[in-house]
Amino acid sequence: MMDLLEMLGFGDQGWGSALLLATLLTVALTLCGLLVGSVFGALVAAAKLSPRRGLRVVGELYSTVFRGVPELLVIYLFYFGGSTLITAIGQWFGAEGFIATPPFLVGALAVGMISGSYQAEVYRGAFLAVSRGELEAARSIGMPTLMLARRILMPQIFRLSLPGLGNVWQMSLKDSALISVTGLAELMRTSQIAAGSTRQYFTFYVVGGLLYLALTGLSNQVFGRAEARMGRSQRRNFANP
Amino acid sequence: MIDFDFLLDTLGKLLAAVPTTLGLFFLSLLCGGLLSLAIVAMRVSGYPALSWFARGYVLVFRGSPLLIQLFLIYYGLGQFEFVRESPLWLVLRSPYACAVLTLALCTAGYTAEILRGGLLAVPHGQIEAGLAVGMSRWTLLRRVIAPVALRQCLPAYSTEAVLLVKSTALASLVTVWDVTGVAQQIIQRTYRTMEVFICAAAIYLVLNFLLVRGLGLLEHHLSPHLRARPSAAPIQARTV
Repeated sequence: MMDLLEMLGFGDQGWGSALLLATLLTVALTLCGLLVGSVFGALVAAAKLSPRRGLRVVGELYSTVFRGVPELLVIYLFYFGGSTLITAIGQWFGAEGFIATPPFLVGALAVGMISGSYQAEVYRGAFLAVSRGELEAARSIGMPTLMLARRILMPQIFRLSLPGLGNVWQMSLKDSALISVTGLAELMRTSQIAAGSTRQYFTFYVVGGLLYLALTGLSNQVFGRAEARMGRSQRRNFANP
Repeated sequence: MIDFDFLLDTLGKLLAAVPTTLGLFFLSLLCGGLLSLAIVAMRVSGYPALSWFARGYVLVFRGSPLLIQLFLIYYGLGQFEFVRESPLWLVLRSPYACAVLTLALCTAGYTAEILRGGLLAVPHGQIEAGLAVGMSRWTLLRRVIAPVALRQCLPAYSTEAVLLVKSTALASLVTVWDVTGVAQQIIQRTYRTMEVFICAAAIYLVLNFLLVRGLGLLEHHLSPHLRARPSAAPIQARTV
């Protein structure tokens, strides 16, 4: 029992501080992924809703590829492909040898692109749920498109997409564990290192799993509060008591 | 510019690994499906202890990454002497069996929630009607509840099946050479990431397409009453 406390504690022999730091890194990675994903998601949603056929095809292709191919394969593409690309660019500028891509960047980009394909569906659904009448009303009083987007569309899309974003966030949180294959010392990788060096595999994977559960539980709370706050101005109904 | 020989060679090697991926998928789909029935039965049983166990199960398996579950089972359980000496070790020693076990446990958590959603969607009036005509609980389940609930579940279940296909890729991290594992080997040997990715992605996309199509056909087949009626033959002008 004492061993366990020492091993998970914050002393010299303890992995406590490393695990907490790794948890923060996982959160940071997922947050960056969510931000990258929101840009891609918004672009893909716009492409899918576009009246132009070419753009719609591009949007569909993006969704199909990033939602149909295993996340691990996408991460390999970014990790190995990114290194090859950067090395080629480096050689072009006269650099010597192989240049590895920074794992955090690759991770944020990979998690973000995958999360973007799911976010696109969330935004598209939210856009379609905004009442057409309100948009027509805004147009009929001569509101310019930019103001219409800022005053009518965006606030509603944000509120309507919040529950969906909560799901995407959880998914990205779990996808971020796969970034451990690039060697980035986030929670999964740190649990692996701790497990390997202490030979206490079971203990450290259970602790790692519990930390992930704490993160998902916490994010449920945060999104629940955010939804309640955004819904204050809404009429109370069955789904929003 | 495009090296077709390399593409064909890669595609051949990856296709040879498809049976492994499919085996992982079908075995875990089957085991996970059976397990999810047990979990959803506990969840709606009305006994607080069973219901809370099922809630905890779903929370744990949906709230933590699959990779950590896989490593916990493959590396973690081997830490204990009594596990290594028990007959279970025959199963837990093999990476393939561990991958199937983890995938099944994880997908059971998601599937149980989908099934619960389907059960909640059975109109209460239909259950009352069944009871009113004197059906036994078992007949009611078999004739009324199960058909309605399972059909309701199908769209969500096809999403879950696609997620399961994608999850089988993680088995490559415990040395099961599925499509992703072989792809990673080829990438590390040749550093031609894009070509290998395209071949492997194409295989997964085809698998998922077939899966979604198959389940879509099943759903279509099971819901004739929801389809638009085939337009009847033009009504003959009747002479009065």
